[in-house]
Amino acid sequence: MAAKKVAICAVAQHKNESDLWHKRFQGMLLDVLEDLQNQAEFDFNEETGVNTIVSCSDDFFDARTISNNGMTDVLGAHYRAEEKMAQEGLNAIGYAMSVILSGHGDLVLVMGHCKESQSESRNMITNMGFDPFYGRAVGLDYLNAAGLQARAYMTKAGVTDEHLARIVVRARQWAARNPYANAREIVEGGKVMASPMLCDPIRQLHAYPVSDGAVGMLLASEERAREFTKKPVWITGFANCMDSYFLGDRDLTSNFALKKAAERAYQKAGINDPKKAIDVVEVSDAYAYQQPLWMEGLGFSETGQGGRFIEEGGPEKYNVNLSGGMLAGNPMIISGLYRAAEAVLQLRGEAGDHQVPDAKRALAHSSYGAAGQFHSVLILEA
Amino acid sequence: MKKRKKNRNVAIIGIGQTSLSSHKEDQNQVEMVQEAVINALQDANLTINDIDCIVHGNMELFEMQFAPDLWHSLGSGARGKDEYRLTTGGTVGMTLVCAADNLVASGLYDTVLAVSIQKLQEGNTTGGITNMADPLWFRNLQTGALTGTTATELINEFGEERAKRAAMKYRIMMDKHAMLNPRAHRRFGLEYEQGPDLAATSPQLVGELRLIHMCSQSDGACAMILTSEERAKKGTAKPPVWIRDHIQAHREETIPNLFGYVKPEMTHHYCARKLYERNGITDPVEYFDVFEMYDPSAWWAVDWLREFFLLKGDEHLQMLERGDFDLDGRIPINPSGGVIASNPISATAMLRAAEAALQIRGDAGPHQIKREVKHALASGFGGTFWTALMMLEKDLDWQEVENG
Repeated sequence: MAAKKVAICAVAQHKNESDLWHKRFQGMLLDVLEDLQNQAEFDFNEETGVNTIVSCSDDFFDARTISNNGMTDVLGAHYRAEEKMAQEGLNAIGYAMSVILSGHGDLVLVMGHCKESQSESRNMITNMGFDPFYGRAVGLDYLNAAGLQARAYMTKAGVTDEHLARIVVRARQWAARNPYANAREIVEGGKVMASPMLCDPIRQLHAYPVSDGAVGMLLASEERAREFTKKPVWITGFANCMDSYFLGDRDLTSNFALKKAAERAYQKAGINDPKKAIDVVEVSDAYAYQQPLWMEGLGFSETGQGGRFIEEGGPEKYNVNLSGGMLAGNPMIISGLYRAAEAVLQLRGEAGDHQVPDAKRALAHSSYGAAGQFHSVLILEA
Repeated sequence: MKKRKKNRNVAIIGIGQTSLSSHKEDQNQVEMVQEAVINALQDANLTINDIDCIVHGNMELFEMQFAPDLWHSLGSGARGKDEYRLTTGGTVGMTLVCAADNLVASGLYDTVLAVSIQKLQEGNTTGGITNMADPLWFRNLQTGALTGTTATELINEFGEERAKRAAMKYRIMMDKHAMLNPRAHRRFGLEYEQGPDLAATSPQLVGELRLIHMCSQSDGACAMILTSEERAKKGTAKPPVWIRDHIQAHREETIPNLFGYVKPEMTHHYCARKLYERNGITDPVEYFDVFEMYDPSAWWAVDWLREFFLLKGDEHLQMLERGDFDLDGRIPINPSGGVIASNPISATAMLRAAEAALQIRGDAGPHQIKREVKHALASGFGGTFWTALMMLEKDLDWQEVENG
């Protein structure tokens, strides 16, 4: 990690909803921007204002070529640089950090949005993520790829349908305390286990609900951070990693990419034992089985011991997804931005009813691609 | 930004391209990415193990591949590495070079490989571009990237005869350059005498924008390897080319003359003005030895030369008429043949930076400028009049200027 540091000075979340039919994404982003400007005094002045905007959206979900074209004015990118992170949004934070550390900018706005409700089906879109020759033709999408991974992992790590129900029940309990979450109704374990099978062994309530949302953040250089906030949150580590593409080329339970991403992020942040060093973990659990799987990859659970991790209350012990996580509903493309925003609130002591006392260091994670082909890990410190 | 100081210097040390053509039937997207990456690695005499991070760019709605970097990782060599995917429309290729520059300069990575690819034969290019317009307000007016207004403006400003002659002079000059570039897509072998005939007979697309003026739809990929000054100084296979500065600017999509005609400053002009100002360049025509410009059509190219070089009145037309922009002219434009000759959209803007860097290295091939090239300018264009502009240098000897 370079000697200088980058701070997150403000975060704003749009409430996740199942179908924000009455609002265009430009309107959602404008709300987020105004929220940020209420928290921190900043503008788009050429000398002292935001010099770069890193947006995050997806051409498929927006059904627009150059999806960032539709909101550059809303983001204040009029005669300013705007670059679109076309991966999952957590990477936008990693990239925005590099813009500041490079010396090319000192105040960067990160703005991500997605309206999953606009598409006919998420599975139709993620089917297009498979190569046109083999994967797409057999009907693979991110849901049934997750089904293959879930079956393999549950067998290996002794994770049962009951464990998955426990994860969902807990996610909803925490989501009820998070005003930005989508699915906030308390559910019983029995209801989870009776919910329809989407793709064996993944049931409807094991899957993240369709959500519309937007997140914004203001990042500043170390020199300028305190102009915008009394409580800067510092980025001390970021890394991501790619795994192989074809599902058959991978051991779907190996956490190859996540382990490498975590290792590199921990090294940058000077973390030897994440279990001791990290107070809050926000993990992108698009499907319930992924929570223990990714926690293994992040080093909080022994490899292949996900079942025991749940039994022994690992998620509670390590303060995993007190926001409700992705199971409470975030758009896939910006779930990592929501994770990071929640981590920032925890470190600032502003997480309301789901606040952890005295949180000093937090981890935000995201995954991108079928069955977690790509992972990103962000370490934040108060 | 008040004080701009780059954290560390960054060099381009490897360049790889595929050939550019209308139909690459023998290769799929992954194979094209791989060819560009292997060419860049061989150019730099490195292996994929020397690369710390990959930056990928592809406008996915042309080929309809969701999250294409995941599949393309089979060719980009990203497995086990950090990877970013950035897209900004036509500018994406230049955005990737800017991003790779940022990632290396930041100190987060030492050696970064940027790769861009487009295979336009697999999609509907004009349909795809039309789809960028707002579905409620502008989509029914958008005709892809085909715009006739600039032709009309130039004709109004300089008279029909002179404006049409300038557009055809530029177009045929680009073809002459493309004829020297073995990788270029469209190489017609045009002669200047054919200009008036072509201007009258080439099919009209929109107004006086005719087929002959417009860029192609191409398949192609480009890769570049960037590294830190420390690494570059330990020795490189080819002479390093230094990135002095870059700038990007967008303009909102609202068409300003829809509700009353106010001509705003073009982002080309804005970027050029800012970039020269903060680098202490007072006479860009004199300073630069080559300009690789993103020129989607001959009309736009003629008009934009005035913007990029901050010229006044008809100075740009005079220069064009005098032959200042020829390969052996005062400030050669697009020795590669430019975008009019080859346009694999996501790779197009990166090709501008790559070709400018090749000119500085002196190994561009048959289209190499004969005299020494020390200072190069390269531009990207995309979205609704977005610009990305980059300055490249042969020597690491420029003075930091105290403003930003």
